[in-house]
Amino acid sequence: MEDLRERVEKCLGPKGLVVAMTECRGDLSVEVPKARLLDVMHLLKDTPDLEFDFLSDVFGVDNLAFYEKQKPKKKPEGEETEVKKEKGPPPPRFEVIYLLLSLKRTERLQVKVRVAEDDMEVDSVTSIWKAATWPEREAFDMFGLRFKGHPNLKRLLMWDEFPAYPLRKDYPLEGRGEERHLVYGE
Amino acid sequence: MNQDPVSQVDQERLGELVTINIGPSHPAMHGTLRVITVTDGETIVKAEPEIGYLHRGVEKLGENLTYHQFIPITDRLNYCSAIPNNVSYEMAVEKLMGIEVPEKAQLIRVIMMELARIADHEVCVGILGVDLGAFTPFFYLIIQREEIYEIFEWYNGARLTNTFGRIGGVDADLPDDFEERWRELKPNLRKANEETEKLLTHNRIWMDRTIGVSAFSPEDALNWGFTGPCLRACGVKRDLRKDEPYCMYDQFDFNIPVGEHGDVFDRYKVRMIEMEESIKIIDQAYKLYKEMPADAPLKARVPKVIKPPAGEVYSALESPNGELGFFVRSDGSDKAYRIRIRPPCYMIYQAFNDLVKGGMVADLIACISSLNVVAGELDR
Repeated sequence: MEDLRERVEKCLGPKGLVVAMTECRGDLSVEVPKARLLDVMHLLKDTPDLEFDFLSDVFGVDNLAFYEKQKPKKKPEGEETEVKKEKGPPPPRFEVIYLLLSLKRTERLQVKVRVAEDDMEVDSVTSIWKAATWPEREAFDMFGLRFKGHPNLKRLLMWDEFPAYPLRKDYPLEGRGEERHLVYGE
Repeated sequence: MNQDPVSQVDQERLGELVTINIGPSHPAMHGTLRVITVTDGETIVKAEPEIGYLHRGVEKLGENLTYHQFIPITDRLNYCSAIPNNVSYEMAVEKLMGIEVPEKAQLIRVIMMELARIADHEVCVGILGVDLGAFTPFFYLIIQREEIYEIFEWYNGARLTNTFGRIGGVDADLPDDFEERWRELKPNLRKANEETEKLLTHNRIWMDRTIGVSAFSPEDALNWGFTGPCLRACGVKRDLRKDEPYCMYDQFDFNIPVGEHGDVFDRYKVRMIEMEESIKIIDQAYKLYKEMPADAPLKARVPKVIKPPAGEVYSALESPNGELGFFVRSDGSDKAYRIRIRPPCYMIYQAFNDLVKGGMVADLIACISSLNVVAGELDR
């Protein structure tokens, strides 16, 4: 059996669906174009020697501080993140990471898409895996990422009127003193 | 005045849907959970869980604390069994740093994690009984659970929030009289389980209340992201201890119980059998542990200030509830850049509407108990 990396490359590569591929301590992650996310997921799920049929988790990452911290550093050590290798303007601010698992082969794969701040819309994968229902809602709640086609996209952990996105890097740890005012009898 | 009461019902209002709010603080609820149900008579038409009442921003805290400071926070996820949470987080950081944990430390972790699994299952089954009106087994189980907590307390001073282990291994060896304590505890655990089984398994009322209630098919369960006992109850043989072995689990001989129908009864049964399997694992792990030299290292060489190289890993283990995973991204500093927790009952609880739809309101409580929804883990 070929290496997982080669198999993923063979499946997605010819269709131009691989933006970057990195490996860290045996965890393979593949970055794919945002516009074709659903195609990628269908391919990964249905291709016979991949069969990533289980969605483990979906979550967002805010890369704001990551780039700011990276800049003043003199020499990056280790070639493990693709962020370090890239030159030129910083990539889009947000990332959505999907953790996939193949039950038959017990292999794991991370699929990520980059989301720019001015276009926060990502296709929802709830049509493929219902398991994405709450994690996508949480990513919306925490980062303001909007998932197109999600059946019920509203805040999950914070209350509906909460004015900010708390897991963003520019949101302070202590909060901004938001208070919840309950309105009764409506 | 001898009228038939049925004829007095306002015929026009028959079939009208009623919205009932259950929770957030309800005596039958596990922590602060809230379910907004729409019912037709006593049948549930729709049940929408609302969560977040225990949200403490654990993931945000993880980005602002150093790697070692975050271990006590992980205690507060699944507070019924804190040790698997600690170990899962430590394993993720160890994977990121490429640390090999010494075998003796791994065995201590296995022993403690399996004890925690027994304690967690005992709470789950006990509370399930209480919620369905069977109060007696709760006492049998909770006494033994307290005995397990005694062992934890005597290992490092805390009953529930154990802060077990350190990155790279464990901080303390098992105390000398562990063997004696375990020898005393083991028959009591088995006896409590036996008594519980006697009281429940073939009990007519118990069978009526649990068999066929909130049954789930394996395909749906996998689609919804089920893991752990709830998935195994549906008949899918999947356990990370066997499928992706960690902490020397591949060296132990144990079975993975699976159910057939995925209903409350199967979940209960799977948990009962798993407790027995955990006892077997502890015996084997302790046997291996005793073969180790007394001065074998308990902790790998780890720098005082943990600064993993930049990178990102996902590492998961089989917690009592299912796959508990930590995604850790490091930017090379002494604090994690992003920590994502994949709590098992979060994925299971999101399918709640599908699980209880068409059932009775009383079965909704049974369903929540059998899923073992722990608010601390759910809301983080």
